[in-house]
Amino acid sequence: MPEPLDLEYDVVADDYQTAGEASNNLKETLKMLGLPSSVVRRAAIITYEAEMNLVIHGGGGRIIANIDEEKIEIKTIDRGPGIPDIVLAVREGYTTASDHAREMGFGAGMGLPNIKRNADEFEIETEVGKGTTLRTVIVFPQDTGKE
Amino acid sequence: MTLEDVVSLLNGKILCGKEKIARINVPKAYASDLMSDVLALCQPGAILITGLTNVQIVRTAQMLDIPAVLFVRGKTPMNDTVTLAEEAGMSLVVTNMGMFHACGLLYGRGVKPCLIADAGD
Repeated sequence: MPEPLDLEYDVVADDYQTAGEASNNLKETLKMLGLPSSVVRRAAIITYEAEMNLVIHGGGGRIIANIDEEKIEIKTIDRGPGIPDIVLAVREGYTTASDHAREMGFGAGMGLPNIKRNADEFEIETEVGKGTTLRTVIVFPQDTGKE
Repeated sequence: MTLEDVVSLLNGKILCGKEKIARINVPKAYASDLMSDVLALCQPGAILITGLTNVQIVRTAQMLDIPAVLFVRGKTPMNDTVTLAEEAGMSLVVTNMGMFHACGLLYGRGVKPCLIADAGD
């Protein structure tokens, strides 16, 4: 791995045209850094699901990725409505997405479960009316950190 | 089976990435209109079969390095979807067949499903 790297992206609410650009940029950066394809894939899924959550639910927000020699930490921060019931929100199939989001193929209640499944660490801090911060970590495979 | 064979079998129309279709192998496929299911279960090497045509289909495929998307039910995607696929170097194909019909023909020709038990590999 090269030097530690920090990346930040702003995500706009309800913009389904540009949604995914930040995730794709992060994914391509991780590929260029030579990270294992399994790590790139997991990071891409986490970031894209989290980005879509910012677009659909969070009123927009920010994606922050910190990459060092051992891991990548991906955080999303929004000032949206917050999540009243975390246990329910992480349950597969539970959704509060709009009809429009569903028409786009989202809102099947698999976003947070997908994120959790692909993360080695998964934390949500949320307050109704204030916003939500999601923190995930992917630890690189033990050997060299490269394929 | 190559994507070129898929196009021929399903009487498909190539929307972009025509120069690549002979080189894209199709060992597996995943069919869904739910993008989170695609993100959870579509395995490396598989193509995506879907009835949705918006730009996020290409975004989703891009996240997983899916080389080609097959649109069923004759649904031709909007220009921005095709443009993004071109930028991403992805091939897009549309067939008039329904999803069940297209999947059945591909399965019959040896294209494998993405087994749920194997998901995450």
